[in-house]
Amino acid sequence: MKPWNKERAEEIIQAHRNAEGAALPILHGLQAEFGFISEEAVVMIADALNLTRAEMHGIVTFYHDFRRAPPGRHVLKLCRAEACQAMGGDALAARVRERLRLGWSETTDDRSVTLEPVYCLGLCACAPAAMLDGRPVGRLDRERLDALLDGVQP
Amino acid sequence: MTARVFIPRDSGSLAVGADEVAVALASAARKRNTPVEIVRTGSRGLYWLEPMLEVATPKGRIAYGPVAPRDVEALFDAGILGGGAHALRLGPPEEIPFLKRQTRLTFARCGIVDPLSVSDYRAHGGWRGLERAMRFEPAAIVEEVVQSGLRGRGGGGFPTGIKWRTVRDAESAQKYVVCNADEGDSGTFADRMIMEGDPFVLVEGMAIAGLATGATKGFIYIRSEYPHAVATMAAAIEAARREGWLGKRIADSSCDFDIELRIGAGAYVCGEETSMLESMEGKRGVVRAKPPLPAHHGLFGKPTVVNNVLSLASVPTILSEGAKFYRDFGMGRSRGTMPIQLAGNVKRGGLFETAFGVTLGELVDDIAGGTASGRPVRAVQVGGPLGAYFPRTLFDTPFDYEAFAARDGLIGHGGIVIFDDTVDMARQARFAMEFCAVESCGKCTPCRIGATRGVEVIDRIRRGVEREANLALVEDLCNTMKFGSLCALGGFTPYPVMSAIRHFPEDFGASPRLAAAE
Repeated sequence: MKPWNKERAEEIIQAHRNAEGAALPILHGLQAEFGFISEEAVVMIADALNLTRAEMHGIVTFYHDFRRAPPGRHVLKLCRAEACQAMGGDALAARVRERLRLGWSETTDDRSVTLEPVYCLGLCACAPAAMLDGRPVGRLDRERLDALLDGVQP
Repeated sequence: MTARVFIPRDSGSLAVGADEVAVALASAARKRNTPVEIVRTGSRGLYWLEPMLEVATPKGRIAYGPVAPRDVEALFDAGILGGGAHALRLGPPEEIPFLKRQTRLTFARCGIVDPLSVSDYRAHGGWRGLERAMRFEPAAIVEEVVQSGLRGRGGGGFPTGIKWRTVRDAESAQKYVVCNADEGDSGTFADRMIMEGDPFVLVEGMAIAGLATGATKGFIYIRSEYPHAVATMAAAIEAARREGWLGKRIADSSCDFDIELRIGAGAYVCGEETSMLESMEGKRGVVRAKPPLPAHHGLFGKPTVVNNVLSLASVPTILSEGAKFYRDFGMGRSRGTMPIQLAGNVKRGGLFETAFGVTLGELVDDIAGGTASGRPVRAVQVGGPLGAYFPRTLFDTPFDYEAFAARDGLIGHGGIVIFDDTVDMARQARFAMEFCAVESCGKCTPCRIGATRGVEVIDRIRRGVEREANLALVEDLCNTMKFGSLCALGGFTPYPVMSAIRHFPEDFGASPRLAAAE
């Protein structure tokens, strides 16, 4: 993830602005680069797409994916949907939150990890499941989970 | 001769260590100076056996699984490359009962081919549907799909051919084919498996839809939770373009058809077709009122076919083998096969494609083998977060759109999530309302406010506050949501809630009298 850079943001916006329905491709492009959608970016996209700032704010905040603050160095997405619930997902979630002392969508004070809820990763036959920095992890149990957390927050 | 070993690379296999196994295998082969070609495939869908690897032998493939990296040395010692005996040897994969009992039409190639090899796809029967379609008039392609009896596999169950005919008959210079790959239902992963394991079948199905309806542009809307599916699909589209199956004058015909990917952003409601269209237009994913139907007034206001991945992926078989071949599978008005997904607390979880008509009990007890925990099965949720919970007493229900509807349920996208006897059904009912509240697009009142009030009322019931009065209130609220919501999110959330109350009243502290009255 790179630090916020207005010129780079402008390039990303320009690269997608002529696509049909450009808002989501732009937002994905910006989040892939910077890890979040800054308030400044919202204004820039609104300008580029000839939308009001209010409209653009509405779009950004509608979608769970778009973060409004930079994430930690690692992002752990833990599935909270039914198939994982059936395999003890709630207890695992409680353990993660306790160990990291985090609520959902929060980042540890040392900026090492952001914990996000996700509703289904399509790994429902290998539940409970998670995704760490884009890497899928299935058949989670306490042991595997602890190993995962040790890796992101030594 | 270089031995060939097939190891899956779909995200389900990666999640349980397929990459680590591939690395261990390559390194063991190097150490022994044994040349091995490792082919990464999709998954066969026998997830309790993943990572499952297959070795090509003169007598066909031999499977081993579940393989851990530490098993690799011993497997080599046992002569795995010649199909040697070992505790993990499963024999020919097609003979594994879970696979042998299936009828794989849509998933015929998944787990067998290299997902990104156009020639592998061709060698396993690919492109034949599109080639046959090209010899037909567009109206005849539509007729073939109508006659096949194919119905929307996303959950709607609307006849696919009728949808295509409506778009075919619509007058417009520009039409679109939109593939709904926003597979958000917990317990489902069939779309993901197709996109990661046999992406060209989706390309072919969409191209046929384009020919049939006169659409020259297709979009696939894939959820962002599926980064591996996005990557495989993007590479497949590139490869298909290079080989002339997409782009201008596809396959030397006079027709143009190309596909663009769009990525969702974590909103469950965008799996609803009109919400998805709004999202693709760059807006908030707020549901549209119907009519007008997307077939008349869809993406960017143009006539649009919106079909689920599995519907489109079923089309090549229908065109290559004929409508009658497909229609001969199934029961009643549910024709063909359904890729059913067995998930949750399940002993043998995975993808089970079979003709409609198999009973829920056969699927749960016989095929899935019950729970992973070994405890009794108490409830199964069929059809995702908006599907009903079924108790054992309803396990005689055949897998069929109408049969499930008759029992106040739905088959949805074919996901079955199994729960053991430790499940608290009041908690599950609360979750259904909570999920609806979180994911509501906010357009209609019954869903936006009803779901939040639903959580509060169920919380009161769980605390034992005026149970009977509050149970009556939930039922009344569910009626309002069911009949007053604009789309299936608010409209179907009552299914899991009411089924939990009706079939498991003891979890809500209901008196026997109330339970009997229901």
